[in-house]
Amino acid sequence: MMRKVGMEASFAIAEAVKLADADVVAAYPITPQTHIVERLAELVANGELDADYMPVESEHSAMSACLGASAVGARTFTATAGQGLELMHEVLYVASSLRLPIVMTVANRALSGPLNVWGDHSDAMATRDCGWIQMFAENAQQVFDLVLCAFRIAEDQAVLFPTMVHIDGFHVSHVIESLSLLEPEVVNKFLPKYQPPYALNPDKPLTMGAFAAPDLYTETKKPQDVALRASKEVIIQVWREFGELTGRHYSPVETHRADDAETLLLTMGSFGETATVAVDNLRNKGQKIGLMKLRLWRPFPFDEFREVATRVKLLIVLDRALSFGGPSGPVCSELQAALYPLEVRPKIISFVGGLGGRDISVETFENMIHRGLDRAERKEFGEFEMIEVRE
Amino acid sequence: MMESQVISAASLLGTKEYLAPGHRACLGCGEALAARLVCKALGEEVIIVNATGCLEIISSQLPYTSWEVPWIHTLFENTAAVASGIEAGMKVLKRKERYEGKAKVVAMAGDGGTADIGVQALSGAFERGHNFLYVCYDNEAYMNTGIQRSSATPFGASTTTSPAGKVSMGQATWKKNMPAIAAAHGIPYVATACPSYPFDLITKVRKAIAIEGPSYIHILAVCPTGWRAPADSTIELGRLAVETGIFPLYEVEAGKYTLNFDFPELRPVEDYLKRQGRFRHLSPEMVSKIQERVNSEYAELKRKATVSKASIRYYIIEDKCPGCGLCVNACPREAIIAMGKKKPVVLDEAKCIKCGACYDACRLGAIGVE
Ligand SMILES: Cc1ncc(C[n+]2csc(CCOP(=O)(O)OP(=O)(O)O)c2C)c(N)n1
Ligand code: SF4
Ligand code: SF4
Ligand code: SF4
Ligand SMILES: [Mg+2]
Repeated sequence: MMRKVGMEASFAIAEAVKLADADVVAAYPITPQTHIVERLAELVANGELDADYMPVESEHSAMSACLGASAVGARTFTATAGQGLELMHEVLYVASSLRLPIVMTVANRALSGPLNVWGDHSDAMATRDCGWIQMFAENAQQVFDLVLCAFRIAEDQAVLFPTMVHIDGFHVSHVIESLSLLEPEVVNKFLPKYQPPYALNPDKPLTMGAFAAPDLYTETKKPQDVALRASKEVIIQVWREFGELTGRHYSPVETHRADDAETLLLTMGSFGETATVAVDNLRNKGQKIGLMKLRLWRPFPFDEFREVATRVKLLIVLDRALSFGGPSGPVCSELQAALYPLEVRPKIISFVGGLGGRDISVETFENMIHRGLDRAERKEFGEFEMIEVRE
Repeated sequence: MMESQVISAASLLGTKEYLAPGHRACLGCGEALAARLVCKALGEEVIIVNATGCLEIISSQLPYTSWEVPWIHTLFENTAAVASGIEAGMKVLKRKERYEGKAKVVAMAGDGGTADIGVQALSGAFERGHNFLYVCYDNEAYMNTGIQRSSATPFGASTTTSPAGKVSMGQATWKKNMPAIAAAHGIPYVATACPSYPFDLITKVRKAIAIEGPSYIHILAVCPTGWRAPADSTIELGRLAVETGIFPLYEVEAGKYTLNFDFPELRPVEDYLKRQGRFRHLSPEMVSKIQERVNSEYAELKRKATVSKASIRYYIIEDKCPGCGLCVNACPREAIIAMGKKKPVVLDEAKCIKCGACYDACRLGAIGVE
């Protein structure tokens, strides 16, 4: 059932899209997403994937073409990064409000200026509120798995939301790893053909994208939010099914050595792997520290997060994006908001680092944790601190 | 007169409306009229992609819709891209036997959505060669947002962002030649049209959708509100735009230009300009500057038009004509005169501009061409 291969994460994504038998791929190249779309173009050119590959003239048009293709019922995929995601920005909101189950991988990239093609989460955070389901993968295997799951989740009749799978640019996208692929028969069973509940067709004329005045706009937004929140149950269910099928399990919030921890480090994306090593090292030295990783970013897994977070006294959060002039790193301020209503809640120390592709070593993680504990001791909670910045 | 026109149009096109009445367009809106005619020409087998703008706003306020055909609106500048995605999606799904039907994809946008903010997406879709028709309703400004200038606003027109003032004569730039830009993509079919010439417009839409590949129709859509003209002058202003040579009606088929209405003599531009408040401030010097420009552009177009309809001749085949009068109403030049019941009509060749509307209108094959 499983095929073990060595493969670059970008190719693994293309492989997942091929196995999903996507109908339309519309994309515009941008580093570090390029290998994904080049590989897809190649698969289509070789007849390995029977899709229409649309080499559009911009990301705005890529996402717009995805809207069109999805609106006639095609299984639709695209990928982008950084500036490309920003250029798509307004289209993203239309995709979610029209409930079109487009799947996109984002090879996270810093935003200009200055121009920087390397990884951080500025692009992901800028599109936080666009109404898509959003999740983070840490390696090639995870992104392969999560892209397949994304189609299944997005197209579920109770969900029908576009879905974004984030990976770190270069740190994940360009790394060759060993992973298990799935056989087409297995995928076909797990992911049946997309059956759109409504599609543009003269057989049954319908109006999509009518405008709403103040008397109805709110009434369109409320059910959208309710449905996005409710999608969490389907996401969990699909991941459970996928786990039973493959032995690879995913949950909205994942932990490492959190059981008796007093402090939890929290990260999103590929740095989770380095953070794991740092946590293990500190554990060996007797520190009661664990790791929490947010896998699901939207809908935000409030219950799952609170359940884990309230077990500890301190959260140390690493953000890989800045909210200029804002309260803390963007992830951290979400966590603070999620915890604020609770009577008993952990303290939070916020760090920002790993911007524009700067690596964070195991040692830096350890130092950051020490610094966090130290600050907590001295009750210096403050706004946030940037790590390893030359001033 | 009005009534008989409705009858003749209906008998030629069927009574079914695809852009249903009851929409919110201003009185005398040329854009709504044009869209109605385009939709009649398209029929049912169509998917319409509409840009943000007047047409979208007048026809789709939740919970209502004026559209009797599949219709989608997403944003302002991405219409051609959405259309290309639909076309691509349908193509694959048909190949995989998951979609049936032969709907043609038709994108519609204003001059702003086409010549300004949407020109990149349009160029991309033309270049990729999607099988779709793109219709631009050119009312020569951003009307939906309150009459701001666009690159299609004519020289001298006063708009809210190119206002005439003590030191300004209104729009300081010449109208962008969008049909030429479309034609430069080497697409199979480009045409200009105007709802004041409904038969010509309908013929062009039908021609465009029969063609495989991208096609483009640029329609002059008189906007009484934005042009500051009486609501009942829409048809007349459209005719004047054509008769003065300001908006010539032509086709570009695989690079070959055809001038559909070739006037022996153009009317002075002043006849058109003086009817509209947006040109009220123009000095005689400005008017003659516009006249010069129109003369030279028209001459250039005539030079390019390898096929000019001037060489053809329409005539009445008397023994086939019972004088039904359809062609009399269809003729934009009043060149066909009814001679009474059961008597063949008479065509005045001196007035005829070879538009072919009578030929299209006649149900009995009583009009000949040579
Ligand atoms: C990205 C973006 N910028 C600006 C607008 C505001 N806007 C909506 S319609 C419009 C003008 C439309 O003009 P045109 O395309 O000529 O159509 P018309 O209303 O004149 O028919 C503008 C500026 C918008 N909706 N989206
Ligand atoms: S502003 Fe002009 S184009 Fe818009 S609805 Fe009114 S008349 Fe029509
Ligand atoms: S008589 Fe001439 S001008 Fe009149 S409709 Fe026929 S072709 Fe056109
Ligand atoms: S030429 Fe044709 S349309 Fe015109 S009056 Fe005769 S029969 Fe009718
Ligand atoms: Mg306009």
